[in-house]
Amino acid sequence: MHRILSKERLGPEINRYVIEAPQISRRRKPGQFVIIRLCPEGERIPLTIADADPEEGTLTLVVQAVGKTTWQLADMEEGDEIIDVTGPLGRPTHIERYGTVLCVGGGIGVAPLYPITSALKDAGNEIVCIIGARSADLLIMEKEMESVSDHMLVTTDDGSYGMHGMVTDGIKRIVVEEGRKADFAVAIGPPVMMKFTCLLTGELEIPTMVSLNPIMIDGTGMCGGCRVSVGGKTKFACVDGPEFDGHQVDFDELMKRLSAYRTHEKEAMDRYSECRAETGGGGR
Amino acid sequence: MDSKERLAIPPHPMPEQDPAERVDNVREVPLGYTAETAIAEATRCLQCKTPFCVDGCPVNIDIPGFVQAVEDGDFKKGIRILKKDNLLPAICGRVCPQETQCQLECTVGKARKDQTKSVMIGKLERFLADWEREQGEFEVPRMPPSSGKKVAVIGAGPAGLTLAGDLVRMGHDVTVFEAFHKAGGVLVYGIPEFRLPKSIVQTEVDYLEKLGVEFRYNHVVGKTLTMEKLVEDYDAVFVGTGAGLPKFMRIPGQNLLGVFSANEYLTRANLMKAYEFPRSDTPIFRARKVMTVGGGNVAMDCARTALRLGAQDSLVVYRRSEKEMPARVEEIEHAREEGVQMHLLNNPVRILGDENDWVMGAEIVRMKLGEPDASGRRRPIPIEGSEYVLDVDAVIVAIGNSPNPLIPDTFPDLEVTRWGGIVTNEVTGQTSVRGIFAGGDIVLGAATVILAMSHGRRAAKAIHIYLKTGRWSDLEEAVAVEINQSQTSS
Ligand SMILES: Cc1cc2nc3c(=O)[nH]c(=O)nc-3n(C[C@H](O)[C@H](O)[C@H](O)COP(=O)(O)OP(=O)(O)OC[C@H]3O[C@@H](n4cnc5c(N)ncnc54)[C@H](O)[C@@H]3O)c2cc1C
Ligand SMILES: Cc1cc2nc3c(=O)[nH]c(=O)nc-3n(C[C@H](O)[C@H](O)[C@H](O)COP(=O)(O)OP(=O)(O)OC[C@H]3O[C@@H](n4cnc5c(N)ncnc54)[C@H](O)[C@@H]3O)c2cc1C
Ligand code: SF4
Ligand code: SF4
Ligand code: FES
Repeated sequence: MHRILSKERLGPEINRYVIEAPQISRRRKPGQFVIIRLCPEGERIPLTIADADPEEGTLTLVVQAVGKTTWQLADMEEGDEIIDVTGPLGRPTHIERYGTVLCVGGGIGVAPLYPITSALKDAGNEIVCIIGARSADLLIMEKEMESVSDHMLVTTDDGSYGMHGMVTDGIKRIVVEEGRKADFAVAIGPPVMMKFTCLLTGELEIPTMVSLNPIMIDGTGMCGGCRVSVGGKTKFACVDGPEFDGHQVDFDELMKRLSAYRTHEKEAMDRYSECRAETGGGGR
Repeated sequence: MDSKERLAIPPHPMPEQDPAERVDNVREVPLGYTAETAIAEATRCLQCKTPFCVDGCPVNIDIPGFVQAVEDGDFKKGIRILKKDNLLPAICGRVCPQETQCQLECTVGKARKDQTKSVMIGKLERFLADWEREQGEFEVPRMPPSSGKKVAVIGAGPAGLTLAGDLVRMGHDVTVFEAFHKAGGVLVYGIPEFRLPKSIVQTEVDYLEKLGVEFRYNHVVGKTLTMEKLVEDYDAVFVGTGAGLPKFMRIPGQNLLGVFSANEYLTRANLMKAYEFPRSDTPIFRARKVMTVGGGNVAMDCARTALRLGAQDSLVVYRRSEKEMPARVEEIEHAREEGVQMHLLNNPVRILGDENDWVMGAEIVRMKLGEPDASGRRRPIPIEGSEYVLDVDAVIVAIGNSPNPLIPDTFPDLEVTRWGGIVTNEVTGQTSVRGIFAGGDIVLGAATVILAMSHGRRAAKAIHIYLKTGRWSDLEEAVAVEINQSQTSS
């Protein structure tokens, strides 16, 4: 059992949790994730470890409620327990001194970007951070990102905060208009955002790493459900990734595979919403 | 009763759920013997002076012994004899390929020139185990004093479970580390409920817990904790991580929506109970016309699971003929009865997708059999120009699994074969690293439950002696001596 020690609202439908998981918190490295299960009939879902405190034996997870399981988590409170947490899974991020690194985060992707940025900063890189969201209220972890960046730019699609535009517009401004040179880029966010970011960094000839989020089940390389095409080869994101060379990834295939269970997901969510309505939120 | 009369008794079939009904539920298909039928079936055994059946069993169960006990109605004695050599009879009785093992060698079958007429050893084994479980009380053996030695077992499949059970009864302190949230390995995530009810596996696990085995779930060794740490903290380590790496066909279309590995399909259905969706949270794609590629138990399980998930048509495409199919005969029969269509001597060359990349068909080529290959089976050769298209909307790839690479990858000291299996001593299960043993599918590649069990059993003996004596380089001899001694003393 893994107790939720704290829960903090970061935005609409986005929460930050600190949970007990001493063994994992000691072992984890930036870029790795856990698989959690909330209840006996529950689904296994992957979540990036956004931060960890090995002394306290805790992990930080930042989760956006998008469907049944993540909503159920959103309805849990401090003191509640998560039955299964497995990890740390996936390969840790390869950290080295590149020079200047663009750290590009979109939406909930800022959460997994944070520990990587922090590690890159510690390795002596100059960090230029560009984070974006659809609107101001959806922007998360601005302060945390600022604390590990040398330069920072915020974009919102609707212009409600920071620069009006998407993160790709932010990259253009910094690299093309301001002429800042970048040696490496990390882009994490929704697949579309990563796709267009990679198209742009490809043109700008900036090597780019992305972190992929295909549907997973076991997270140990056993099912092949998380397979992605990278450079024309099939890779299992849970054991070969989740990070890959963004210029090699077939994002269109990834997006299609992510949509495979859309009708099921809706069905599960509708049922859960009914339960929530009956019990007045919360409840399992 | 003399042998002639015994030989004249026909085998007793086990009652089964009606095929038309059972495709709509996940309950077990064969329903079990009653005590009367079991006794009647046991009466068919000739109690051979040289029981060849015993040689056919990979763990050499005293078959005439337990069958006699059934005939005598002394089921308690029967189960005791069985459990001496097989810790998991309820499971082996159900899933062993009996027709190629114990029952292949049975004298009755040979005398009747038809091995399907052999004594139904597996069914009797299942009967005894079920009888014991229904009594509700397991004989908990008297436990020896603690040896003070600690053993770590990685993987809670049949190999690991057997080993854990043996070592705990020898007085060692046993901890099992399992990646999943449940114990059983393939028995829970692969083999479907309708063939092996999960409550049976759970009973075995509960029993081990009662004996004092400690289970740590959600522990992926190599990730959550390292091999190095286990080697440091434990006096011996056993690796039983199975053959969990799915093989995919290298053909166009393998990443289309609706193409699954057998592992994914069965894990969603079994371990995550997707057949209860949306009562359970894990979804599974409910296809109309499902094609499963392969000819083993795994393929049969997928094809039959598809029917239970509502497919109208379930086809098996296999590149050789029925004779070469590695599946248990009973599984092929059950699949046929349920309406699975076998497309034998056929092989997919391409999976076709619609405009949204969902599977909409498969291009198939017909095959013929050529000369036998290294495995002794005749090699399938495509017949040029024979391609045709099958209309299907889901494809399950069940062409085999390779040893799980996670441990060898994170602990390169372990010697592995070219195809990824851990190299071990055949008698003791010793690996190339002192104190580390291995067994089951991680050594054999995808094999059988009973072989995995026998590996667990052998390694348990070896580990026991290793812990007692500290011998390593000549452990095999020490084990041989011990076995000889126990044979002369009993
Ligand atoms: C390596 C990795 C790290 C991730 N880290 C985070 C994180 O830090 N914070 C966060 O909010 N989300 C993260 N995700 C995504 C998160 O796992 C999904 O949002 C979650 O599984 C959705 O479950 P649900 O039941 O709430 O929604 P569903 O209704 O099941 O699905 C809603 C959406 O989530 C996708 N999804 C469904 N099941 C899975 C699954 N098993 N794996 C991946 N995606 C799935 C669906 O394609 C769909 O787009 C990560 C995913 C991966 C693969
Ligand atoms: C669908 C299917 C049907 C089958 N049908 C039959 C049949 O009818 N008859 C028969 O005899 N055989 C059958 N088999 C084969 C049989 O199930 C296997 O040979 C047997 O289960 C192997 O046992 P094992 O203990 O070696 O490994 P497994 O049963 O594979 O168990 C390995 C365990 O190790 C765990 N693990 C893996 N890596 C790690 C790690 N790093 N850390 C911690 N834990 C880990 C896994 O989660 C798993 O629980 C079938 C197999 C499948 C897939
Ligand atoms: S364990 Fe398997 S091979 Fe041995 S007697 Fe039982 S059914 Fe036959
Ligand atoms: S070979 Fe057949 S008849 Fe003979 S002892 Fe074995 S089961 Fe009985
Ligand atoms: S999640 Fe099953 S192989 Fe990656």
